[in-house]
Amino acid sequence: MTISAYPLGDAIARCGRLLVMAVVVATLGACATATPYDYTAYKQNRPVSMLVLPPLNETPEVVATYGVLSQVTLPLAEAGYYVVPVSLMDETFRQNGLNNPAEIHDVSPQKLREIYGADAAVYIKITQYGTSYAIVASDTRVTVQARIVDLRTGDLLWQGSASAASSENKSSNQGGLVGLLVQAIVTQIVETAADTSIVYAGIASQRLLSPKPNGILYGPRSPNYQKD
Amino acid sequence: MRLVGLMAAILGGSSLLGCAEAPKRLYHWDGFQAQLYQYFKGDGSSPDEQLRVLNDQSQRARASGAALPPGFHAHLAMIYLRLGRDTEAKLELEAEKASFPESTQYMDFLLKHMTGSKR
Repeated sequence: MTISAYPLGDAIARCGRLLVMAVVVATLGACATATPYDYTAYKQNRPVSMLVLPPLNETPEVVATYGVLSQVTLPLAEAGYYVVPVSLMDETFRQNGLNNPAEIHDVSPQKLREIYGADAAVYIKITQYGTSYAIVASDTRVTVQARIVDLRTGDLLWQGSASAASSENKSSNQGGLVGLLVQAIVTQIVETAADTSIVYAGIASQRLLSPKPNGILYGPRSPNYQKD
Repeated sequence: MRLVGLMAAILGGSSLLGCAEAPKRLYHWDGFQAQLYQYFKGDGSSPDEQLRVLNDQSQRARASGAALPPGFHAHLAMIYLRLGRDTEAKLELEAEKASFPESTQYMDFLLKHMTGSKR
């Protein structure tokens, strides 16, 4: 052991090393667990009813908006929320000259609350919808993202995204490369013709809007309300 | 300690995956969302056919004592409105309001605008 001529300098250096170690440990600790969603605004607002606006469609499939809109009532209602009836809502917008989701998403929260009386609005964007042919595999895929905004306070309550795809269950094994190519083409034709996108729209919507870790919270009609 | 944590994670994870018994649903869904999709697509079944399917579903729900989902009565109202059957539409809007008081503001808005539209 050496005896330092500068004991204060040594003490500072030792503190510095400890501080660096503490920072490193804290950072590694943060990497070990996913950051939990901050539900402060959500728990303060606790909406009872949800207005799901016609989703924005960023895909070439025209039917995507109504495909997804027809599937969102189930997960939100089963989570314990009242969901504003989507067909009546759509008709009300049309009768007020609002025919496309972009215009509808621009309507002020105050106006939405005034007409539909809902506590919160769900803004959905569809980024993938349909069957694509990708060389050795075909895939029917729906990807959606959502923001839930409280119509009383304007607070962002929650945001998240989800996806569902036919390739999740497929095994790629038979007949080498030619077999895979043929299978991919056949799959694309069959899945497109059968409109299997709606099936994956349903799965993606349930994944998007069901209570789960970092997902939406339960609503008042659920037996699990306020248990999360 | 770590093994306990790992086992807890596996058990917790498997129930999330649905290996545990699925929770009982609050509502009777049947083909309701498929009918919503048919309605929106507009190139499928006729309004009369949609009404028939939905009324059949309503009977099945009643028979099994299950509750109809939010928006079910309201969607029937929408189809009746399309067919010009306003009296039946009003009854369905009232039924939606009775089942789901959260809908009162919007249902009253629609009922008010309906009475002004005829004649």
